[in-house]
Amino acid sequence: MTFSGFRVIREALTGHKGWTPLWRDPDPQPSYDIVIVGGGGHGLATAYHLAAVFGQARVAVLEKGYLGSGNIGRNTTIIRSNYLLPGNQPFYEFSMKLWERMEQDLNFNAMVSQRGILNLLHTDAQRDAYRRRGNAMLLSGADAELLDQAGVRRMYPWLNFDNARFPIKGGLLQRRAGTARHDGVAWGYARAADQRGVDIIQNCEVTGFRIEGGRVLGVETTRGYIGAGKVGVAAAGSSSRVMALAGLRLPIESHVLQAFVSEGLKPVIDGVITFGAGHFYVSQSDKGGLVFGGDIDGYNSYAQRGNLPVFEDVLEGGMALMPRIGRARLLRAWGGVMDMSMDGSPIIDRTPVEGLYLNAGWCYGGFKATPASGYAFAHLLATDTPHETATAYRLDRFARGHVIDEKGVGATPNLH
Amino acid sequence: MLIPHPLLGLRDAQEFTYLGDAALIDRPDPAAGEDAFCDYVFLRDNPAGVHRELWYHEQGDRSWLVVTRNTLTHEILGAELARDVALARREGRA
Ligand SMILES: Cc1cc2nc3c(=O)[nH]c(=O)nc-3n(C[C@H](O)[C@H](O)[C@H](O)COP(=O)(O)OP(=O)(O)OC[C@H]3O[C@@H](n4cnc5c(N)ncnc54)[C@H](O)[C@@H]3O)c2cc1C
Repeated sequence: MTFSGFRVIREALTGHKGWTPLWRDPDPQPSYDIVIVGGGGHGLATAYHLAAVFGQARVAVLEKGYLGSGNIGRNTTIIRSNYLLPGNQPFYEFSMKLWERMEQDLNFNAMVSQRGILNLLHTDAQRDAYRRRGNAMLLSGADAELLDQAGVRRMYPWLNFDNARFPIKGGLLQRRAGTARHDGVAWGYARAADQRGVDIIQNCEVTGFRIEGGRVLGVETTRGYIGAGKVGVAAAGSSSRVMALAGLRLPIESHVLQAFVSEGLKPVIDGVITFGAGHFYVSQSDKGGLVFGGDIDGYNSYAQRGNLPVFEDVLEGGMALMPRIGRARLLRAWGGVMDMSMDGSPIIDRTPVEGLYLNAGWCYGGFKATPASGYAFAHLLATDTPHETATAYRLDRFARGHVIDEKGVGATPNLH
Repeated sequence: MLIPHPLLGLRDAQEFTYLGDAALIDRPDPAAGEDAFCDYVFLRDNPAGVHRELWYHEQGDRSWLVVTRNTLTHEILGAELARDVALARREGRA
């Protein structure tokens, strides 16, 4: 089934009876060439790229719950390529370029909206830092503009410019950044992978690995043993738990991050804004809700829900930045479990177990990475060589002293 | 979350800062070599379930605690002074 404007009109006129499920619901086969553990954005994007770009036909994605039940359906949907360090920025710009053609590639409306992200700055030192970051972005082929206060005022005249403690002095703008419909991204990749022969198997939890002579042979699951030539793990917040089944300890702590949405409002914010003094970021969904968030709760958690002190902290940040948010009522809040790595950057690499590959450590920023992470992980699984934009994401970089620490806070996952 | 501070009673977790796995108390011997220190600094068990972890009472009496907490439910099962834990371990080793 191909989606098109014509198709939508035809279905509208015929009572929407012609739509069919977006993917099959197959039983697992006894074995596959490549098994992906985790049916989140990264696992599904990996399967899609394995089939579409690297010609792999016998691929399965195993998901312990339902598709989209993890962070891919819980994030605040911001996509951007405004990183600083050489190991990161080219990768995220590669991802941004994939976002720009994703809907055509997948024939699926993932509501990719390049509405721009504005990182506000409040001090002279921050202006210097953002100028440097903007230059790093330009060098990687991304777009960046440094705005002065007047420039920010033209975009968002209602921000709290004269806050006594944190006056807004300007901002770093990336116009090509924006948002996308998070679960739409999962559905789009799932459908496109399924169409190319990938088996997407839900309610199938991996409970162990069969490893002999240092080589992985397959996975034990709640739906029986499944043999595999190679296994790629993309289990996000559960990375440590899954890799412990293979006897590996990771440079990762799992933490909970909360997000919030207000009641639906008339259009007030047409882009993404981040506060540069506290941790607060906000955009407006197409339904009108203000979608916002801030810091992680800061303690190890697998609970998918957080505590009230972070509510208070995030909402205070919002009030400092845009006092009129105080009139809006909070509709919902939720949490997701993230794999916070020791340097705040991800891992896409082989592991000491032959045939077992790892995609992990995405912290609170893995949604924007979904297309490139899938591409790079598929590249690694198919060719046994890293993709050119992902060569720094090695598992042994901590031991070698080649950490990619954007924030420069060291091995303290809750500060990244 | 409320942390049962051994000296001060129930205190709001917000008064504390969090450092992570209490295994960090067991710093390797300086002669243990690079690999041991690399594991110590970077690798974590990160369990789903009962976790012993270090909390610092920054906005209180500035003591370090070892809090036992369930990472699946956030239930707090106990708290001890990290000093007592460290001394007991040292005695156990001697
Ligand atoms: C509140 C919140 C806001 C965020 N905001 C942003 C943002 O604005 N921008 C951004 O770039 N990033 C954001 N992120 C981060 C982003 O959502 C994640 O980094 C990313 O989604 C992780 O990759 P994933 O989609 O593959 O994860 P998931 O969707 O979590 O996929 C992992 C899957 O693995 C499955 N799994 C786990 N264990 C097993 C097992 N044993 N067997 C089988 N399957 C298993 C899980 O059920 C899950 O479905 C946010 C995260 C949260 C929680």
